[in-house]
Amino acid sequence: MKSKTASVPYGIWVSIFIVVPMILVVIFAFTDKSGNFTLSNIAAVGQYSNVFLRSIWLGAIATAISLLVGYPLAYIISRSGMRAQSVLIMLVMLPMWMNFLLRTYAWMTLLEDNGIINTVIASLGFPKFHMINTAGAVVLGMVYNYIPYMILPLYSVLAKMDHSVIEAAQDLGANQGRVFRKVILPLSMPGVISGITMVFVPAVSTFIISKMLGGGANLLIGDLIDMQFLGSAYNPNLGSAISLVLMVLILICMGIMNQFDDGEERGGGLMI
Amino acid sequence: MATAWLGLRFNHRQNLPGYNVTILTAKGMHIKMGEKPIIELKNIAVSFDGESVLKDFNLSIRGGEFVTLLGPSGCGKTTTLRIVGGFVKPDSGDVFFNGKKINDLPPHKREVNTIFQKYALFPHLNVYENVAFGMRVHGKSEKEIKQTVHDLLNMVNLNGFARRNVNLLSGGQQQRVAIARALANHPKVLLLDEPLGALDLKLRKDMQVELKKIQQQTGITFIFVTHDQEEALSMSDTVVVMDKGEIQQIGTPQDIYNEPKNAFVADFIGESNILDGVMHEDYLVEFAGQKFKCVDKGFSPKEPVDVVIRPEDIDVVEPEQSLLSGMVTSVTFKGVHYEIIVDVKGFKWMIQSTDYQEEGKKIGLVLQPDDIHIMKKSEYSGMFGDYSTFSDEMDEDIQASEQREAEEEDEV
Repeated sequence: MKSKTASVPYGIWVSIFIVVPMILVVIFAFTDKSGNFTLSNIAAVGQYSNVFLRSIWLGAIATAISLLVGYPLAYIISRSGMRAQSVLIMLVMLPMWMNFLLRTYAWMTLLEDNGIINTVIASLGFPKFHMINTAGAVVLGMVYNYIPYMILPLYSVLAKMDHSVIEAAQDLGANQGRVFRKVILPLSMPGVISGITMVFVPAVSTFIISKMLGGGANLLIGDLIDMQFLGSAYNPNLGSAISLVLMVLILICMGIMNQFDDGEERGGGLMI
Repeated sequence: MATAWLGLRFNHRQNLPGYNVTILTAKGMHIKMGEKPIIELKNIAVSFDGESVLKDFNLSIRGGEFVTLLGPSGCGKTTTLRIVGGFVKPDSGDVFFNGKKINDLPPHKREVNTIFQKYALFPHLNVYENVAFGMRVHGKSEKEIKQTVHDLLNMVNLNGFARRNVNLLSGGQQQRVAIARALANHPKVLLLDEPLGALDLKLRKDMQVELKKIQQQTGITFIFVTHDQEEALSMSDTVVVMDKGEIQQIGTPQDIYNEPKNAFVADFIGESNILDGVMHEDYLVEFAGQKFKCVDKGFSPKEPVDVVIRPEDIDVVEPEQSLLSGMVTSVTFKGVHYEIIVDVKGFKWMIQSTDYQEEGKKIGLVLQPDDIHIMKKSEYSGMFGDYSTFSDEMDEDIQASEQREAEEEDEV
């Protein structure tokens, strides 16, 4: 009885801020400007399939890079001394305390044709690099902004891992490589999966990063939705339809991801 | 088959390829042990964070021996085991395996396997894959793996558990999977780090019997770490009693119990009344204000000594029939016997007797010459007092508390 009463505020919170907006998105997606039921919005999403593909592609690349860079880093942190661990984890989180917009804006000044990096390169006598307004810059922005979300769940799984299990594998004859492949990696899968989820989802739907670092040529779904609500192409119905399709696509991606985990309760990772 | 008449539950050793089958003699329990040491630790010293854990440690273990490292927590027994396993590098000293120095050999290249304290089973693998892990690493064929896993699971009574999730097994079952996993590689030496610590009493006793049988069947050298003296006495060929990173005594369980070398060993192994005494001449010792005949000799005249009397060796008589008499201060029923604390001129003796004695009653204590064991004085002399309390910790706490009380009174 008591627990039920205690959950009432959460129930209200969830309905106002999650369920109602979701229903609104669905209603908008299936109606036209005058409020009549229509499928034309959903059908219109098809013409943006290239944007969808680009978003998923760039998001996937950014996720893969975050995993490849983040895993070794998380591993090193989890094997450091207690004091070093807290310092390193704080360094990973430090950029997150700065404003997202500011961080991305800082990358603009670094990557510009006459930005800091190119100035340094030019002063060393090398030809300038065109970096801003490329897909690469967008991926860089994604990795930079979201990699902490990869490192933290990986770190928490690796730090909690029972060291005696690793010793048991060594004891049974496994060298370092085998210990990693046969014990550490499989046991850290919950962290890998939640890390991938936490990087991939925001990376796919981002719009600030592509807008600031990608220029007009690297339009992503986020920008598309932004344009429908706040931009020149004002059309909330189409925007809602795009959001809905994006949501379904992400759910499918996550569903495929979770197939790699055999569903056994292992604990450790934050699951979304 | 010898196993048949011994009535062993594990009668599958003929299926274990690669094991040296040990000959059980007609007496049943005697094992032929190798003459040459299989493991030798020479002048080992280890310290962690500046704190010395092992000091000039020397130990030699013969092949086929069941050796137990026994001591209180922090005595360095687990560190010794980890040095043999390769998980701890000694600061100085050498480790030899079959005469070869293995100081720098990493754990995965050593022919020893470990049963870890909390089993350390691989949570992501089932029972079969846990046991097969070592063989897969060594590139054994699937056929051989299947046969060996089957035999090992049979041996530890886990038939039909192959596909089970190890996380859902009971403590005793996990323990047996750990045993099977460690034996799968046919180690020459098996290291056991308090493997029975997490089990309840009955299961512990079963596992003690099982481990002992496995050791006898396979002939593998066991190095067993425990702080449980009863476990050490009942399982081992040789007991190594350790404290503060040093060996206090090495011997058979009988030696350790009957002839403890110093007050620490006497106190740690079983219950002991330890008294200050003086050796007047061979076979004559004085303690508790009386002279007693004893069976020890070889001390210098008037040498101060520690005298050990086991509580079960003391006979109770009427007070006038004995030189030692005192008042019963407490009686505790222990099932097999009563534990009687007697105050003899301020020293509290423990007596174990099947006869009940009333609290407050005066009784006499009688000792036979061979009940009295004489030890040389050591750094432990005087540390283990009488039976006012059972543990040092309680002793210290009571003292500290009395001191505080006195201080408070002073303030008032």
